[in-house]
Amino acid sequence: MTAALLDRVATSAERLRSHGTRLSPSLAAAAFVLVVVGTNLPWATFSGFPGLMSLALYPAGSRIYVLALAPALALVAVRFSRRRQAGLAATLALLAVVVQTIIAIARDGGGLVNVSVGAWVTLLGALLGVAAFVALPDDGAPLPRSWPVLPALVEALAVVFAVAASLALLVYALDVEAPSQFVGFLLALGGGLVALNRLGLFEWLGALYARRQALTLVLMAAAAVTFPFTQGGSSYWLRVAANVGVFAAAAIGLNVVVGLAGLLDLGYIAFFGVGAYVAALYGNAGLGPSRGHLPFLAVIVLGALVSGLVGVLIGAPTLRLRGDYLAIVTLGFGEIFHTLVNTYDAYTGGPNGLSNIPDLRQGSFDFGLPHTVFGVELAGFANYYYLELVLVALVMFVFARLNASRIGRAWVAIREDELAASAMGINTVSYKLLAFGIGATLAGASGTVQAHVATQVSPDSFVFLQSVFLLAAVVLGGMGTVPGAVVGAAILIAVPEKLRAFSDYRLLLFGLLLVILMRFRPEGMIPSRRRQREFHDADGADALSAPPGSAVA
Amino acid sequence: MSLLEVRDLRVAYGAIEAIKGISLDVEEGQVVTLIGTNGAGKTTTLRTLSGLLRPVAGQVLFDGARLDKLKAHEIVARGVAHAPEGRRIFPLMTVEENLELGAYSRKGEAIAQDVAEVFERFPRLHERRAQKAGTLSGGEQQMLAIGRALMSRPRLLMLDEPSMGLSPIMIQLIFDTVAELKAAGTTILLVEQNASAALALADTGYVLETGRVVLTGTGPDLLTDENVRKAYLGED
Repeated sequence: MTAALLDRVATSAERLRSHGTRLSPSLAAAAFVLVVVGTNLPWATFSGFPGLMSLALYPAGSRIYVLALAPALALVAVRFSRRRQAGLAATLALLAVVVQTIIAIARDGGGLVNVSVGAWVTLLGALLGVAAFVALPDDGAPLPRSWPVLPALVEALAVVFAVAASLALLVYALDVEAPSQFVGFLLALGGGLVALNRLGLFEWLGALYARRQALTLVLMAAAAVTFPFTQGGSSYWLRVAANVGVFAAAAIGLNVVVGLAGLLDLGYIAFFGVGAYVAALYGNAGLGPSRGHLPFLAVIVLGALVSGLVGVLIGAPTLRLRGDYLAIVTLGFGEIFHTLVNTYDAYTGGPNGLSNIPDLRQGSFDFGLPHTVFGVELAGFANYYYLELVLVALVMFVFARLNASRIGRAWVAIREDELAASAMGINTVSYKLLAFGIGATLAGASGTVQAHVATQVSPDSFVFLQSVFLLAAVVLGGMGTVPGAVVGAAILIAVPEKLRAFSDYRLLLFGLLLVILMRFRPEGMIPSRRRQREFHDADGADALSAPPGSAVA
Repeated sequence: MSLLEVRDLRVAYGAIEAIKGISLDVEEGQVVTLIGTNGAGKTTTLRTLSGLLRPVAGQVLFDGARLDKLKAHEIVARGVAHAPEGRRIFPLMTVEENLELGAYSRKGEAIAQDVAEVFERFPRLHERRAQKAGTLSGGEQQMLAIGRALMSRPRLLMLDEPSMGLSPIMIQLIFDTVAELKAAGTTILLVEQNASAALALADTGYVLETGRVVLTGTGPDLLTDENVRKAYLGED
């Protein structure tokens, strides 16, 4: 029965495809008209469904996402390699959004009768659109190997625009309140990204970035500096951005340990915690036994040094281990830190932690107060944001210098084959220790700022899960790259804010995201060129899967 | 005085003694080979000499100075290069990057020139210099491993089973290379299972059996020795 049905579907798809070249444009045109008309008709018979679905001529909410995907239907008319895959991805996403919205409306309204005509018209359009791309023959032409070179400024602006657009999308996503609409947004976004990727957009952007790196970085820095001026004195996003900065700096530090030297550290958050406690105890909070008040620059340096020292002390015995064993021992040290601060309540306040940490103060400059610059009022968090910007820039600089140095080459060699590396004359023990210590130092520095941004420190902020989150930021963004760690941190700070509606499933969704990413883009979102080569070198794949020594001349 | 003197070397993996007192000498400009079956202790000996393993007892003297207390990277800096068993090239780096890492113990000078020299010796590597090393054939990987070891400008080159897993043509090519290196005056300590080819090249040979030297002689002598022929060269 089912088999016969599947057969029928397969044969009709076959028949459709044999007429494809002729049929597809008309199908797509009809689909486009239906989608545009459908999204301008009401989708729900009742008011109150998110996105004003009962209004005509007012496409909002999920109808906007559907409309945004509709231009992809024009791909049938273009001669371009992979247009079929791109079109199919976009129209399938379109269909998914429509179906998901219909289900949500029916659930909220109490049955399919409450789904209004517009939704059904759009559904028909979506189905026709999918059919148009199923029918389209695959032209299978390869993507162009080399892209045309445009003026430097144009290329750099394209990258900056892409980054700005993704941030704008992120900000928009955070504003979407209704869970059903948010799911629709995610579906549309996912389909759209896959489609753009199939069209080679990200390859092109990657090539542009590689070519115009310096200019792009300058423009991005300029954009980052102007960001607080766009916030109209509000502190909400600046607080999020300052948090992203804190974790980005820590993630870059972890990237030195994991991405460059290849040492899996599962207790990394402890170093971050050391920095935070140093700031709480010896900073202007003066919660330590001495009630001392060190100036904040001294606190950052002290936090970084203490944390780095702890890193070296822990690393010295630990780094004799390799791979899984190292991971397990670092995990153990992370737990020891957690237990220690929980237990020694004379210093650390125990499980309650240390609270009421005042804002940073440097001379008469209070980081908590709003300031007016060039006639624009900047909320208090702008100060932390700028501090983080400087810190991240500093950490990025350190990372870049290390990566390009003799030390960086030694780390890569250790990551690939430790025994061979030491046969090359590389002192593997000290280089591993160096990576561990640098990672801990960077984490400690950002931890000191975190204590003031969060106004409190408590043992529960430095648990295993936080280490995993940082590690996920590194893996998600791309191991061994700086932008990767920043993007990863941005996503991991911002998205959980959003997924509060699904808080029971937050980790589940998060895990799902990681699994999907690892399946389709194992090198991370912004990979280093080396990683890209590791995962996507056609002739490299065989050599990698073959055991050493099995290749015979 | 020999360039390398090994005196009563003992190495153990935990409670199991793999090397039970080996002594050997390598003269400057000589090719010395260690032959023996699996588990005889050949690879363990080389790894101990290059500092990857610690001896339990015994001495290693290189140019009169003790090596056995030094760490691996210090031994490389003294001029002992080790092309390890199984080649152990860096598979994800390019051929050129592999060679540059071979010169890690040196500081800057004339590295590009030495890379060019290795490419001259192995034109196949030059063709593939921008390719990932893991994509090379086994023979090419072995050339790379030897080239990489030469990049440290060693006074003693230790090769661990360079012919392992290679086709007969490649084995011939690798042994030709060893012969060329010998002719150029390189001191070589060669570990091999391919006893006939190794002994044909060697000035001196040591036959190892379960961690002990059971026979010593010049290459040609061992090649004609009845016991060696029976045990290692497949004659009844």
